[in-house]
Amino acid sequence: MTNLISVRGLRVTGRRADGGDVPIVRDVSLEARQGEVLALVGESGSGKTTIALALMGHARAGCGISGGEIEVAGHRVDRLDAAGLRAFRGRTISYVAQNAGSAFNPALTLHRQVIEPALTHWVLPRREAERRAVELFRAMALPHPETIGARYPHQLSGGQLQRLMAAMALITEPEVVVFDEPTTALDVTTQIEVLEAFRAVLAHRGITGVYVTHDLAVVAQVADRAVVLRHGAVCESDATAMVLERPRTAYARQLVEACHLPVRPARPAAAPADGAAAEPVLTVSDVIVGYGRVDARGLPARRILDGIDLSVPQGRILGIIGESGCGKSTLARTIAGLQPPAAGTLRFRGDILAGGVGHRTPEQRRRLQIVAQNADLVLNPAWTVGAILERVLEFFHGLRGVAARAEALRLLDLVHLPHALFDRRPMELSGGQKQRVNFARALAARPDLVLCDEITAALDPVVAAAILELMSELQATLGLSCVFITHDLHALRAVCDRVAVLLGGHVVEQCEAASLMDGAHHPYTQLLVSSVPEMRAGWLDEVAARRRATTPGPVPPAADGGCPFTPRCGLRVEGVCDRVPPPIINSPDGQRIACHLPPDELPVLPRT
Amino acid sequence: MSAVGAFLSRGGRHGAMFAARLAPGPRRALGLLAVWFVIAFAGPLLAPHAPGEIVDRDVFAGVSLHHWLGTDYLGRDLGSRLLWGVRYTVLICTLSTLLSCCCGIVLGIAATATSVWVERVLGRLMDGLLSIPSLLFALLVIAAAGESIPALILTMGVIYMPGSYRTSRALALRIARADYVTAALARGEGRAFVILREILPNMTGPLLSDIGLRFVYAVLLLSNLSFLGLGVQPPLVDLGSLVRENVLGLAYGAPAVVVPTLVLALLTVGINLALDGRRP
Repeated sequence: MTNLISVRGLRVTGRRADGGDVPIVRDVSLEARQGEVLALVGESGSGKTTIALALMGHARAGCGISGGEIEVAGHRVDRLDAAGLRAFRGRTISYVAQNAGSAFNPALTLHRQVIEPALTHWVLPRREAERRAVELFRAMALPHPETIGARYPHQLSGGQLQRLMAAMALITEPEVVVFDEPTTALDVTTQIEVLEAFRAVLAHRGITGVYVTHDLAVVAQVADRAVVLRHGAVCESDATAMVLERPRTAYARQLVEACHLPVRPARPAAAPADGAAAEPVLTVSDVIVGYGRVDARGLPARRILDGIDLSVPQGRILGIIGESGCGKSTLARTIAGLQPPAAGTLRFRGDILAGGVGHRTPEQRRRLQIVAQNADLVLNPAWTVGAILERVLEFFHGLRGVAARAEALRLLDLVHLPHALFDRRPMELSGGQKQRVNFARALAARPDLVLCDEITAALDPVVAAAILELMSELQATLGLSCVFITHDLHALRAVCDRVAVLLGGHVVEQCEAASLMDGAHHPYTQLLVSSVPEMRAGWLDEVAARRRATTPGPVPPAADGGCPFTPRCGLRVEGVCDRVPPPIINSPDGQRIACHLPPDELPVLPRT
Repeated sequence: MSAVGAFLSRGGRHGAMFAARLAPGPRRALGLLAVWFVIAFAGPLLAPHAPGEIVDRDVFAGVSLHHWLGTDYLGRDLGSRLLWGVRYTVLICTLSTLLSCCCGIVLGIAATATSVWVERVLGRLMDGLLSIPSLLFALLVIAAAGESIPALILTMGVIYMPGSYRTSRALALRIARADYVTAALARGEGRAFVILREILPNMTGPLLSDIGLRFVYAVLLLSNLSFLGLGVQPPLVDLGSLVRENVLGLAYGAPAVVVPTLVLALLTVGINLALDGRRP
C-alpha cells in the first residue's frame, strides 16, 4: 500500500521584525498510509501545529514553507497555486480546530456552517448535504441529530461543538482530516465522548487522520503511529505502542515519564502533640456564593457555591477537583477574600476571616497567599522579577535594600531559578519560570496557607511535572498547608493528601487522596476517575463498553434542590435524587460522601 | 532618533531601558519631536536677522544667496521669521498639550479609582466639552478674553482635555482589571501605590502615542486660529500667521507662503507617520 501522506525534508521559517529568518520546522519527514491515524506529539512550540497546517499548504502570517516536498493524496501541496489550494482544502483535506467555540460564526445556525464546505466545493446539492449532515450528527452521537443543526453555537456545549466541527470537516468526505488538539480544552468526561465519536467515524469511513496533541494518553487511544517532535524536528517516529512503551530517545522517555507522575504516599494526619496542633489551618463552613436577585435571607438566586464545608489540616495539602464551571476558582477567590460569600463563615486558625480582603488584618493577608493560574497575567509586565519579590518583602516584613535583595535571591534559590533572572521582566521568562516566580512571590510573605489555583493548567506536561515536584518539596521543607485546585487527576494524586470533589457548587465527596482510585465512591467521583485516559491502547474501548452498559435513561429536568449529579447519574432514584438534598455518609476512615445510595450500593472502583 | 537616544541614555540605565521598552512608534515620534525642540530653542539664535527687520526693498523675493528662503510681504527675511515661528508654534502647542494631557490623565485615573459618582459627573462634563466644535469654542473664548499667549495655551488645553481623559480612563479601566492589580489589592496595597506603581507604568506606551497625536491636533488648531487672525499676534510670529500675512504671495508663487505651509506639513505629518510606525 502506498502512502497517502508523505512529507520529505519540510522546512518552515518565520521572519523576525529585524528581517532575520527563524527556522520553525527543520527537515521534517513523515508519512501515513491510507486509513491510518498519525499523531504529532510535542510541547508547545515544537512545531506540531505548523506541520499540520503545512499539510494543508498553509503557513501562519509571517511564516513561509521554505523547502521540502509535501504530498497529500496525490497532490503536491507545496506546488499548488492559490486556486489549486482552494480546491484542495476542504475537499481533499479538512481541519478541526482546537477551540470550536471560537471557530464557529456565532451569527449563523450550525447547519449553514456545517454544510457550507459541501456547497462551496459543489460536492452535493443542498438537500443531499443536509441529509448527510444529519447522518454525521448521528454518527457523532449528538443529541437530537435532526434538529440540532437549527441551533446557534452559543446554545451548545464545548464537546458538542467540537463534534459538530468534525462533522463539518467530514461533510465533503475528504481523504485526510487534521485534528488540532480537539480535546485539549474539554473536561475529561466530555473528552471520552468526543474521542470515541472521532475514532468511530474515522474507522468507519477509512479516513486518514493527522492528530496533533501533547497528551500521550490520548495518542494511545486514537493513533496508529506517533511522531514525537521537539524544537521543530522529528525526535522519534514509530508505531504508537513502541513510542509509548519503549521510547528510544531521552526526550520521548521524559515525555512518557511526565505522564506517569509518582503518586504521593499516604501520610497519617499530623499527630496532635497537644490540643492546639489538631486545629485546622482553614475551615470553610456552609459558604454560599452567587449572583442575581437576593432573597429575604440575603441569599442569591443563582448559586456558584452552595453550602461548602471544608477544612485544611495543618501541614497537609487539600486537593479540590471538578469539571469546568463547578465553582473551583470561585472557591479560591472566596478564600482569598476577592469574592465575599453571601452566607457562611471562613475561619483561619480559629479566628473568623472577613469576607472582603479589605477587612482582613495585615497578618491574615500575609499568612494566606494565593498562587493564581495564569502567571502571565498575575506578574506585572512593567516590573522586574527582583522588584516583584522585594515589594512583597518590604510590604510584609519591612525589608529594604541589601537585606531585601539577599532574601529575594534566597527565594529564587528556593524555587530553583538562577540569580540572573533577578533583573529580567516577566515577558522574558518561559511559562514554567513565570510560575516559579509566582510561587516565590507567595512564599516571600512566609505564609501558613497557600492557595494554588490551577497552577499547572497552562504548562506543558514536562514543565508541569517539575512544578508539582517543586511544590511537594517546598511543602515538605517549609511545612506549608495548601489548597490545590485542579481539574487534572494526575496532578492531584501527585501532590495532595486529601481530596474534595466539587460538582455544581457542592462538595459531593471528601476522601484521602491515596484511596481515590479504589474502594467505594460517589458515582460522580467514579465517573471522573474512570474518565482520565490511561496510556495503553484499548482503554477507550473498555470504558466505552462499560458506559454503554450503564447508560442512564432519558435525562430528567435539571435537579432543583436535589443532588447536582442526578441528570448524569446511572444509579439515580427517580423522585428522590432530583428533589431531596443528599445526606452525607461519614465512613470511619474520614471519607464523606453526599449521596442517597446506601454505602454498600455505591460504585466501587477496581483496585489498580 | 539618535538624538533622543542620547538624551534618554543620560538618564542612566533606567532611562535607556525605558526608551528600549517603548514601542517603535512613540520612540520615533519622540525622536522627531526632539529635533523640532532643538530648532525651537536654538533656531532664533542662528537666525541671521531680527524677525521684524526690513532687509530688502523687494517683497515676495525668491530664493537667493542673501535670503535663503526669500522675503515676505514687507521685505523681511523669511528664514529668520520662520525660525521664530517654529519656536512659538512648538512651544505653545507643547505647553497646551502638556496641560490637557496632565489634567486628562489625572482625571481619567481618578474616575476609575474613586467612586462611581465621580466617574459619572466627570464623564458627562467631558462629553459636554467634547460636543462643542473646537474651533468655535476657541474663537468664542479668545473673542471674550482677548488675544494673549497664556489665553491661547489655556483654551487649547481645555479643548484637548476630554480626549485625553477618555483615552486614559479606558486604559486605566482595562489595566485595573488585570490579575496583577488584583494580586496587589489582595496583598492589601494602598490606592496610591496601585495607581502609581501597578497601573501607570503599563499605560505609558499608549499614552505617549496619544500625547503625540494630541500635539499634532494642537498645531493644526493654533495654525487655524492664527490664520484667522486670532492666534499669535504681531510682532510675534507662528507658522499659521506666517501663512496668513503672506497669502497674497500665492499669486506670485512666492516661497514666503509655500515654505511655512511645507514646514507645517512636515511637522504634523511627520509626527503622525512616526506614531503610525512608518519611517518618517
